[in-house]
Amino acid sequence: MTILEINNLTKKFGSFTALDNVNLKVEKGEICGFIGPNGAGKSTTIRILLGILKATEGRAKIFGKDAWADAVEIHKRIAYVPGDVNLWPNLTGGEVIDLFIKLRGTNNKSRREELIKRFDLDPTKKCRTYSKGNRQKVALIAALSSDADLYILDEPTSGLDPLMERVFQECILEAKNAGKSVLLSSHILSEVEKLCDKVAIIREGKIIETGSLIDLRHLTRAHLHVQTKLPMTSLHEVVGVHDVEVDGQSYSIHVDSEELDEVMKYVSQYGIIGLESAPPTLEDLFMRHYEGVSVGVGGAV
Amino acid sequence: MSNQLFTKTGILSRFILRRDRLRIWIWLFGLVAITLLVAQTFVDLYGSEEERQAIAETMLNPAMTAMVGPAYGIDNYTIGAMFAHEMFLFTAIAFGLMSILLVARHTRADEEDGQIEMIRSLPTGRLSNLASTVLVMNGVNVLIALLIGFGLYGMGIESMDLEGSLLYGAALGATGIFFTAVTAVFAQLTENVRGTIGFAFTVLGVSYLVRAVGDVGNEMLSWLSPLGWVLNTEVFVSNYWWPLVLTIITALLLVLLAFYLNAIRDLGSGFLPAKSGRRHASKFLQSPLGLMVRLQRTSLIAWGIGMFILGASYGSVFGELETFFGDNEMLAELIAPIEGFSLTDQFIPMIMSIMAMLSTIPALMAMNKLIGEEKKNRTEHMLGRAVSRTRLIASSLVVSIVTSFVMLSLAAIGLWSAGNAVMEEGLEFGTLYGAAMVHLPAMWMIIGLAALFIGAVPKFIGLTWLYLIYSFIVVYLGGLLQLPDWLGNLSPFGQIPNIPVEDMDYMKVSILVVIAMFAAVIGFVGYNRRDIEG
Repeated sequence: MTILEINNLTKKFGSFTALDNVNLKVEKGEICGFIGPNGAGKSTTIRILLGILKATEGRAKIFGKDAWADAVEIHKRIAYVPGDVNLWPNLTGGEVIDLFIKLRGTNNKSRREELIKRFDLDPTKKCRTYSKGNRQKVALIAALSSDADLYILDEPTSGLDPLMERVFQECILEAKNAGKSVLLSSHILSEVEKLCDKVAIIREGKIIETGSLIDLRHLTRAHLHVQTKLPMTSLHEVVGVHDVEVDGQSYSIHVDSEELDEVMKYVSQYGIIGLESAPPTLEDLFMRHYEGVSVGVGGAV
Repeated sequence: MSNQLFTKTGILSRFILRRDRLRIWIWLFGLVAITLLVAQTFVDLYGSEEERQAIAETMLNPAMTAMVGPAYGIDNYTIGAMFAHEMFLFTAIAFGLMSILLVARHTRADEEDGQIEMIRSLPTGRLSNLASTVLVMNGVNVLIALLIGFGLYGMGIESMDLEGSLLYGAALGATGIFFTAVTAVFAQLTENVRGTIGFAFTVLGVSYLVRAVGDVGNEMLSWLSPLGWVLNTEVFVSNYWWPLVLTIITALLLVLLAFYLNAIRDLGSGFLPAKSGRRHASKFLQSPLGLMVRLQRTSLIAWGIGMFILGASYGSVFGELETFFGDNEMLAELIAPIEGFSLTDQFIPMIMSIMAMLSTIPALMAMNKLIGEEKKNRTEHMLGRAVSRTRLIASSLVVSIVTSFVMLSLAAIGLWSAGNAVMEEGLEFGTLYGAAMVHLPAMWMIIGLAALFIGAVPKFIGLTWLYLIYSFIVVYLGGLLQLPDWLGNLSPFGQIPNIPVEDMDYMKVSILVVIAMFAAVIGFVGYNRRDIEG
């Protein structure tokens, strides 16, 4: 069942195109990672999903309803955590959590207390005294203590310490196991890799990759360390081999996934002594997409 | 060691000037221009001695004394004496406001936002930021004082000699310097900028009230008020400089206190402790409406008390008003009483419209709070949950409308209770309350306009304040400056019938209500259609 669906979404601010023909789908029980550099359009997409911004063209649907027109109905079943949590300086954390829970409509007292304990928050302090991490905890506790069907999280852990980040990951996996869906925008790639079933990469307002992590790995290069008996003099000429580093008889290379078979055939002619393979990390993928192509749109430098 | 406390004060001062170049120019230009324009108007309007002497007699009544300070030099009421009497106190308050707002902005506000932390991590002294703020503000006050002083003298008005003109400017500047110092101290005491501005405004307000009560009744009391001191310069008549010495020395001591407090405290902390808060939200808080009320609770209570006191202080002079006019036959003829109405009755509409315009301030603040929340990215917490836009803007509107009603009522009740106590015949509550409530449609029109801007063109929300200020100028000063009627008619407050002297005009009042509703509806539609920014 499709929980969230974005079709050909375009958003313009004046003459500036923030989102250009964006498509995205999140199924039930799925955690979808949403990654991209600052200013790529992640928050704009999320704010359109929340009905806070109005799409210039295209549609965003959640639970089969229109994100703009049926915002209030949709919001009864979703929980949102912004990346930059601004709270009212003269209210306490506890008051804000209660207010947020109440505004969604449901109320789960024991869950609230449990989360306050797990995230180690002092709810009697005024928000003005909270650090960024503590303000994020307030928003997370309010979101997680609601019984939502879809969680929209915009860089929710950017201010949390590693311990709290783990608590967050546990909570998200619990939600997934309970059949909830999550749209997680994040810069912390290890987190996305650990949690997400699916990843969408956005850059300069366009979705440039989307698919499961396994799918995406095929698009990138494997990282191999090879030691051979005989020297491989023309290794760099083999199709699909990149970034060759030689240290005596030991080679470090990047190989296009689709050429892996051919490359291995070539290498094995020289007598393999040792072979290590590192799977492409999301970071490799990320970097590959961000570097190189960035000239043109933003930079006439 | 100790000289390191002020390292880089010079650079920071330039930085403040750079950040505030527009703000400072606006204050400077506004204060100088209004002073000189009004002086010129007085020359045009009250050229002959007879005209001035007639005004002088009316100025002697206690209500005027409470409002603008004691009259002096009344035997020979020159343009200078008249100008100083009617303009000085309000201009001094404007200087106070300017100093409070600018000092709070560069001290506690920056500290709260973490900007001082950045500055302090650089090789700057611990007191440099406060020192540069005080330095710049004192410089600005001195500069405006000199411009006003030489400006007035340069106009070549006979009764405004060089010494008097400079003293006029100096007394204003001294007031600004005094409130710079007051704000600097509160910036150390309180933990947030709201507290700083709140306490400083309280000092300003109490100074005005203490002086008002003192000037009417007990002169000793006026000496407790810093505004009382500067009024005692008796500019253009006696030209006493020594009260300014008192003001400046006190300001100096306060600045030293502020430096001391700043030096001994931790960055980000204050001396008035913040107490631990509630673990749970009360039932009341758990809705957008409750939140809007709660966020403004302190400010609304303070305004409520303020409006009641203001009403009461106007009311307290009513008794003397009647006696005063009763004793003075010549005056009684001059004012030409309208058949069937007492002199008090004739003063009521004026006082009520002032109180209504002041009551509009908290009501407008309540409405415009929605934009403030949006700018701070906090409306998304509401709209990201099951709250519709209509419900959100309606919550603000309800708070604003109720505020307008409550504030005006408190002012009217304050006026009635004090007036009733001091007058022999007493005041009829119904008439008085009606004379106040008739202003509600005008207040609502401004609120409706604010709703329209919030929904349709949030960028221009500042215009609502300009419109209110405009109303105040044309309605309050319109008579004095003899402005043409149409200027007053452009303000909703100019359309309100002068109850109880005039008859109720249901037509005009209903039109105002309809305009207000129409504007609010456009605002609601617009708010439902536009992007939320932030």
